[in-house]
Amino acid sequence: MRRRLIDLARVIRSKNAGPFELTLDIICKDQRQYDMLKGLNIFTEEMVSGLYGIPIEDVLAIIYFEPAKAIKITLKRRIASGAFGETDIYGAQQHAPLMNMEFDDHA
Amino acid sequence: MTRTSRCTILSPTAILGYGFPEESFLRGIAAGPDVIAVDAGSTDPGPYYLGSGKPFTNREGVKRDLTYMISSALELKIPVIVGTAGGSGSKDHVEWTLEIVREILGEQGLHAKVGVIYADIETELILRRLQECRVSPLTGVAPLTEESVLRSERIVAQMGYEPMIEALDAGCDIVLAGRAYDPACFAAYPIRMGFDPGLALHAGKILECAAIAATPGSGSDCVLGIIEEDSFLLQTLSDERRFTTESTCAHTLYEKSDPYHLPGPGGSLDLEKSVFEETEDGVRVSGTVFVPTEKYMIKLEAAMEVGFRTISIAGTRDPIMISQLDEIIETVKEKVSRLVPDIYSRSRLMVHQYGKDGVMGPLEPESNRTGHEIALLIDALSDTQEHADTICSLMRSSLLHYGYPGRVSTAGNLAFPFSPSDIPAGRVYEFSMYHLMETEAEDGLFRVKELQI
Repeated sequence: MRRRLIDLARVIRSKNAGPFELTLDIICKDQRQYDMLKGLNIFTEEMVSGLYGIPIEDVLAIIYFEPAKAIKITLKRRIASGAFGETDIYGAQQHAPLMNMEFDDHA
Repeated sequence: MTRTSRCTILSPTAILGYGFPEESFLRGIAAGPDVIAVDAGSTDPGPYYLGSGKPFTNREGVKRDLTYMISSALELKIPVIVGTAGGSGSKDHVEWTLEIVREILGEQGLHAKVGVIYADIETELILRRLQECRVSPLTGVAPLTEESVLRSERIVAQMGYEPMIEALDAGCDIVLAGRAYDPACFAAYPIRMGFDPGLALHAGKILECAAIAATPGSGSDCVLGIIEEDSFLLQTLSDERRFTTESTCAHTLYEKSDPYHLPGPGGSLDLEKSVFEETEDGVRVSGTVFVPTEKYMIKLEAAMEVGFRTISIAGTRDPIMISQLDEIIETVKEKVSRLVPDIYSRSRLMVHQYGKDGVMGPLEPESNRTGHEIALLIDALSDTQEHADTICSLMRSSLLHYGYPGRVSTAGNLAFPFSPSDIPAGRVYEFSMYHLMETEAEDGLFRVKELQI
């Protein structure tokens, strides 16, 4: 079945993790959704690199954080926060590509 | 130090100056806290504040918050600890806060022993460590060069809780710390009492954002952290919100790249075995461990001036222009470069296109979709304000009258909301340091200066 990430997640957000990294959080609505996403393993470095159009080595980490039923993806910032060419000093509005994300749950 | 059974920490607000409801604060005071601690800083607002030495919070807001904290604390004979005073925690930022403290004590007719801890690091020490290969960049950061050390305006490092304990040992009623690891001001008192550093620092991690970690979240409300032998308890001080395991766990993710391992001065917090439990009176956390590193590392932060900025904001509603906006902007930039080649070579120029990719820039996957109108923000950076003005002005006037291919609207290409249309934005800074440096006791960093006011 085709699913949209936004239907499974309670929170989808982005934020700086220091001035040189951008971190994306997907917090699932419940344990079932979290287990399904983790089981499907859809968040890979290749997928994130494609979604944001960035080199694969700039996807620094993809971490499953069980206590919060969350998936955390950390990217290298394109430029340091506030450097010339900046569009989002706090990095708080870089989450939208994840909202549109669709995937197959094989059910 | 004899260990009592619990240590209660009152965290009045997420950032000193953001405010809090009086009722919440008085409920916190009624709970009999052992210490009032507040984090006053962040690198989030960008490099300008550290680079320029200016605060990002409002003076009246900071004075209002500190007045409540200082008068209550002196009456209860408990300490007030401020971390990263003034927003970025350089000497100028600490002095700015100290001036406000003097004013409050004077106005209230109060006296206090104030411990001031600067976090500024001498250039010579960094250059020496750099030569010894004992400075390393954090993830995503280029290796440090001598040039960026010399060009940086203010270099600070995040202190741990140790210098704050020293100030408390010296009997200070108020501790004003420069740049500090966010949890340090909350953890110092309980660690001094003998509580576990892992629990105290993890509590500090959450308390530094006060009610942001509760639900519904708020950046301007008070919370309590109660440290006990094997766990700590988080409590809200307003009936409007509460801590839940969900809100607390979600906050653990916030602004971190790896929620299981949180590095800080001298070691890192390990959350692999942390347990979050919701109880009737809040959320209880246990199992967090502090793992010291072999070498004591501190994080250096600095910003350097890169020039002056002038901006101009305008909109376009013309579909023919919008369909070829990228090419038009490139062509006009080229024209400007030929008008003033010398100034242009010392400048950087770009045009943000809101309605296309203004928010995400090159990361925008849908930049081919545009709105029926687009806001343009001309951003000119140059070596002097006059040069930035020149580049911005020429870009604005050339773009306004450029006869692009297929043009139908020949009277002007841009809609300006303001007169004057160009805004000089002053000095511009960029982060120049975000590196770890090894320290030794004999470096004598973070010395406590005692003042009787």
